[in-house]
Amino acid sequence: MISIRGLTKRFGGTTVLDAIDLDIADGERVVVIGPSGTGKSTLLRCVNFLDRPDAGTIAVGDVVVDAERASKRDMLALRRATAFVFQNYALFANKTAKENIMEALVTVQRRPKDEAERRALAVLAETGLAEKADSYPSALSGGQQQRVGIGRAMAIGADLMLFDEPTSALDPEWVGEVLDLMRRVAEQRQTMLIVTHEMQFAREIADRVVFMDGGRIVEVGPPDQVLDTPKDERLRRFLRRVA
Amino acid sequence: MRALDLDYMLGLVPVILGYVPLTLFMASVAMVCALVLASLLAVERVIRVPGLDWLVMLFISFFRGTPLLVQLFLFYYGLPQVLSFLAQINGVTAAIMGLTLHFSAYMAEAIRAAIIGVDRSQWEAAQSIGMTPAQMMRRIVLPQAGRIAAPTLVNYFIDMIKGTSLAFTLGVTEMMGATQKEAAGSFLYFEAFLVVAILYWIIVETLNQGQKQLETYLNKAYAR
Ligand SMILES: Nc1ncnc2c1ncn2[C@@H]1O[C@H](COP(=O)(O)OP(=O)(O)OP(=O)(O)O)[C@@H](O)[C@H]1O
Ligand SMILES: [Mg+2]
Repeated sequence: MISIRGLTKRFGGTTVLDAIDLDIADGERVVVIGPSGTGKSTLLRCVNFLDRPDAGTIAVGDVVVDAERASKRDMLALRRATAFVFQNYALFANKTAKENIMEALVTVQRRPKDEAERRALAVLAETGLAEKADSYPSALSGGQQQRVGIGRAMAIGADLMLFDEPTSALDPEWVGEVLDLMRRVAEQRQTMLIVTHEMQFAREIADRVVFMDGGRIVEVGPPDQVLDTPKDERLRRFLRRVA
Repeated sequence: MRALDLDYMLGLVPVILGYVPLTLFMASVAMVCALVLASLLAVERVIRVPGLDWLVMLFISFFRGTPLLVQLFLFYYGLPQVLSFLAQINGVTAAIMGLTLHFSAYMAEAIRAAIIGVDRSQWEAAQSIGMTPAQMMRRIVLPQAGRIAAPTLVNYFIDMIKGTSLAFTLGVTEMMGATQKEAAGSFLYFEAFLVVAILYWIIVETLNQGQKQLETYLNKAYAR
């Protein structure tokens, strides 16, 4: 169970997240949509403490962090309970595909190397990239890099996986394979919080869709309700634009 | 004009070659120590530990702002008068210490620039999986910074090898010191110093070739 309460983030004078409340059940897939600059990335980054929230609490499993009182230990605990998939993949450039996946297991989770390697190879097989285990990121296509990025997040066994527009930086030809992999992750009942502009994919994968605008959650509900019978005028305008 | 005494020069080569190991030993030990120290200084300069930052800046400024020879004299002849435990320090140790401190200041700046050159996304990815700052530096940032800084660092190693010749002023018989002694006996200064110059030159050129191979190797690992 993930519980976000009053999550607030300001950059300089502007409030980018305005007291966000959001609960996510175990195994639930929540998709966040909304216009550019409304704080979708910031929401995900605050949940992972890549950006430090100014106020609010985040509870992921046993880890409960109060933004105003978070210690370094809290911050690490929260990051270890969550996994982040970046828009630009952000694979470790000095490590092979396999080593990218092993890194968190060996360095952060302190698992034995051979066990981590077995796990990494199993995850790579799931991503369909077994034969790329020893390739460096620079030798992989965007789609392959992002599949390794998702593999890196899968291997951690995090309570919550965060995806920030995982297909936005991809050439259209690679989008399909990345969405396929995300579907497979979803089948494993992994709890997922996904920012995406792929409306068809959102409709298909989401248990709930969250529409954000101006740093607030404006509308939440099952995909057909939010996407087909939108109540808020801003959501209607947004949907007309992306349709 | 007189003819070069080639026989003398050829005879001198094996004598001076005998001191190459000591020269390389001093340079290598100083290089390893300087790399460690410079990495620590560079990391500090990037994360700016309050209360420590000014000290690191002072250190770097001093060792870049004063001549190596002056620093060596300060260590070898000066410091033991103030700090008695340094009294029995030998020339080799003093030279290694001096080279380490001097070059670590330069290398720290090179590594700092390289650290800043590592893409922001690499830091964030390391943070996102819950690495501590030390783990992030050691596993992700410094290896990539090392690749960026490698050519510059090899150049400092070359400077360091040449810098070991100053150890002869501390009474160390290394390549330069040995040459000096030989020349004082034979009075063939030109021949003697020409031989030692050529030997330094060969060592440095060999390293330059090594540097090219190192770069190819580093780039092969993860070329862009
Ligand atoms: N580090 C930062 N410093 C200052 N302002 C920032 C920073 N990061 C984000 N912002 C601002 O916060 C607001 C929300 O940004 P955010 O990236 O979360 O939007 P988004 O909903 O993800 O947009 P997009 O769909 O374009 O990715 C924007 O106005 C942005 O300019
Ligand atoms: Mg965004």
